[in-house]
Amino acid sequence: MNWGSASEFFAMGGYGFYVWGSFGVTAAALLIETLLARKRLAETRRLLRRELAADRDNQD
Amino acid sequence: MSQRLINWFKFASPASFYPLAGTLWPWFAGLASVLCIVGLWISFFVAPTDFQQGEGYRIIFIHVPASWMSMFIYCVMAFWAAIGITFNTRLSGMMSSALAPTGALFAFLSLWTGALWGKPMWGAWWVWDARLTSELILFFLYIGYIALTSAIDDPRRADKAGAIVALVGVINVPIIYFSVKWWNTLHQGASVSMTKAPTMATTMLWGMLIMALAFWMYSIAIALYRVRAIILERERHATWVAELPEMQR
Repeated sequence: MNWGSASEFFAMGGYGFYVWGSFGVTAAALLIETLLARKRLAETRRLLRRELAADRDNQD
Repeated sequence: MSQRLINWFKFASPASFYPLAGTLWPWFAGLASVLCIVGLWISFFVAPTDFQQGEGYRIIFIHVPASWMSMFIYCVMAFWAAIGITFNTRLSGMMSSALAPTGALFAFLSLWTGALWGKPMWGAWWVWDARLTSELILFFLYIGYIALTSAIDDPRRADKAGAIVALVGVINVPIIYFSVKWWNTLHQGASVSMTKAPTMATTMLWGMLIMALAFWMYSIAIALYRVRAIILERERHATWVAELPEMQR
């Protein structure tokens, strides 16, 4: 184990800002990408469902 | 025996790839999560402190995998571009567009984490060094691809134009890779090379490789997920889309 305490872990030997800045932004970026992809698929589906329903209504 | 052969061309049709991608992406997402947890554990708790760079070196556990992925995804895009131009398959263009945002993201993360490593180690966020500059060009190529393909209304023409960018731009990937050899750069040489033994501690190497695998699985999962949205957007008037269970109310 490299760390004596939690504060030592977060300090990263003085490099805390750089290390957590890297890992934090990476985690945030991957999370945001995932959420955007989910939103895109859900919105496309919703739009298509509405279009198909409108088509069906026109045919009736 | 011949009956057991899979007809791979079947999956070149968006109608059969849509459900296949839907079945596959959760597996890749699961693998990505497990590998990410193991990779992060090694990165922070198993890998020792570097004797020169202290704890700051731990940035390489995401910097190197992100850089690899940014280059690799561009090669995969160029591969799909070549297939699309040669066989005129619709799915190829959709795969390229599904990969581009993820590639751009990893190129950005490579530059971002590189800057955060460069500041404490070199004393500069950015230098106009061959490695950094060629990676920046890669980032611009991704942005150019996305901008160009979204500026053209007809998706088939957009795919063709994008394919040219992907194929011409792929020349930049070996330039990035060999830049540290060809020019006298500030950026350190390759940490892992195919021709000689790695110059780093085994646990550090393992951490980096597992994080790279995690990013790899993540990229496959997100590209498969995104390609489903693209398929639906482009095939909206097809009968098979109307017949999908999720389209019924």
